[in-house]
Amino acid sequence: MRSNNLAFLRNPFAQRAGRSPLFLKVATFAALLFLHFPIGIIVLYAFTTEERTYKFPPPGLTTEWFKVAYERQDFWDALILSVKVAAASSGIALVLGTLCAAGVYRSRFFGKDVISLLVVLPIALPGIVTAIALRSAVRTIHIEYGFLTIVIGHATFCIVIVYNNVIARFRRTAHSQIEASMDLGASVFQTFRFVVLPHIASALLAGGMLAFALSFDEIVVTNFTAGDDQTTLPIWIYTQLFRPRDRPVTNVAAVFVITVTFIPILLAYRMTREAEH
Amino acid sequence: MSTDPAVPATNPPLRSKSPIRLISNFLYRHSCLATALLLLLPMLWLVVIYLGSLGTMMLQSFYTYNRNTAQIIEEFSLEAYKEAFTDPNLSPPNKDAIKRTVRMAAAVTIAAAILAFPLAYYMARYAGPKMKGALYLGVMLPLWSSYLVRVYAWKLILAKDGVMTWFLEKLGLMPVLDWLLDIEGIGGNSLSTSYIGVFLVFLYVWMPYMVLPINAALERVPKSLTEASSDLGARPWYTFLRVILPLSFPGVVAGSIFTFSLTLGDYIIPSVIGTSSYFLGTLVFTHRGTVGNWPLAAVLTLVPVVIMMVYLSVAKRLGAFDAL
Repeated sequence: MRSNNLAFLRNPFAQRAGRSPLFLKVATFAALLFLHFPIGIIVLYAFTTEERTYKFPPPGLTTEWFKVAYERQDFWDALILSVKVAAASSGIALVLGTLCAAGVYRSRFFGKDVISLLVVLPIALPGIVTAIALRSAVRTIHIEYGFLTIVIGHATFCIVIVYNNVIARFRRTAHSQIEASMDLGASVFQTFRFVVLPHIASALLAGGMLAFALSFDEIVVTNFTAGDDQTTLPIWIYTQLFRPRDRPVTNVAAVFVITVTFIPILLAYRMTREAEH
Repeated sequence: MSTDPAVPATNPPLRSKSPIRLISNFLYRHSCLATALLLLLPMLWLVVIYLGSLGTMMLQSFYTYNRNTAQIIEEFSLEAYKEAFTDPNLSPPNKDAIKRTVRMAAAVTIAAAILAFPLAYYMARYAGPKMKGALYLGVMLPLWSSYLVRVYAWKLILAKDGVMTWFLEKLGLMPVLDWLLDIEGIGGNSLSTSYIGVFLVFLYVWMPYMVLPINAALERVPKSLTEASSDLGARPWYTFLRVILPLSFPGVVAGSIFTFSLTLGDYIIPSVIGTSSYFLGTLVFTHRGTVGNWPLAAVLTLVPVVIMMVYLSVAKRLGAFDAL
């Protein structure tokens, strides 16, 4: 409650804080509706009895498609592969992203900007560029497309996610704490274990989970780095989209994926928020 | 390091000669070396794997693809570039696809800015702390949740007997839709096979990327400036136009980097929804997939890179990087 009373201190339109223009409210609501309505539609369609067309409104509701989807082994195989890929690539990204954040945070040299640019590049450049670049490299050095190539690709653009989360936390860390720890006789490693790590733990977890969500969901690059028999969940869904007969199963899988990705996002959000307050 | 006698005896001895301690002290004294060690692995990864890949791609753009033997000749030549941009048979569709994609990216970016600004503005200026958190989450959830599933949702919405048609019929707006679909250049057979459809899906998928930078820029507009403006007699609307909008514009540019770049490099949306005409992404996808013409695919992939480099240098001048 106290924070509500003090809100006017932060609000430049203090005297008008209570009455935002109607137009603004409507526009805000419309934008939010636009962002969330399609997700609602996905959920609705998972229960439709109509299996051939996209008829709206659905003629009836049923839960039988969940059972059908549950029995589809190819769905589970794809899911398991995606979890493995996401775990491996977010693991690599965690290590590399944290090291990079620590290095950039400590350094004051001119190359700092170059390094932060290099980290962002894999997601700043259009997806197809990263995809084609990785594919042509894999082709040139004749490695086999497969689990390894998928993970390498994913880890490359997941680094920035961890990096951003961790460096934001480092910037809020008083360097004096680290110095104090060293002055009191802790080694570099002890300082890391007992001072730095607890401090950045939630940022690591949040970054790791977002990286997981990003990798779990990636298709633009994966399409180019996966082998023919490596079907991650997004690739599975992508091929499903061109199989009209399987529509009900695709709908259920879509709901499943949305639910699974919501969990790490919500957790990551809570963790970064708690740390800020 | 000081040897303070007040340090309790339980602490590790300060001048022990254990190897960890020696390494630790060494690193502490040579902080440059420590930084270099920290950066070594991530830089190796990014330079070797990422820049290496980009370099390989660049190299391949200078190779030649022999159509008769379907072989790639690994010798330096500008053949693929010539083929992509001057060949009378091949270059027109390429140029069309580039134009189409850039136009689409521009349209999506402008629409996203218009749609995102009020939301970001409300978040920054009017929403209380709780509301702000809810709105932030409302933008974050779609941004991070499954891209492919969200694209699929629009297949359901835009289908001929789908949600959109149903709503438009109820509202009696079908003639408007038919009129829109008849317009050359933006229309098509039905919503799900038209440029309007592709545009809507791009807008939907990338819009959240616009909200967050604009919001961050708006949060940073000092309240003293808006107060000064209204003290000096400016109406709220005038303050908005002359003070808030110019100061938050770098945020809009920062957001536009994402919406523009993401639209430029996407091949999923035009292949799931849309007309049969090519966008840059789908064009590259075809060249590498069905034909195996790597040099040409590489040349065409360099197009968005060049466009983005120009875009980024303009964005930098407009102050977008400070707003990121």
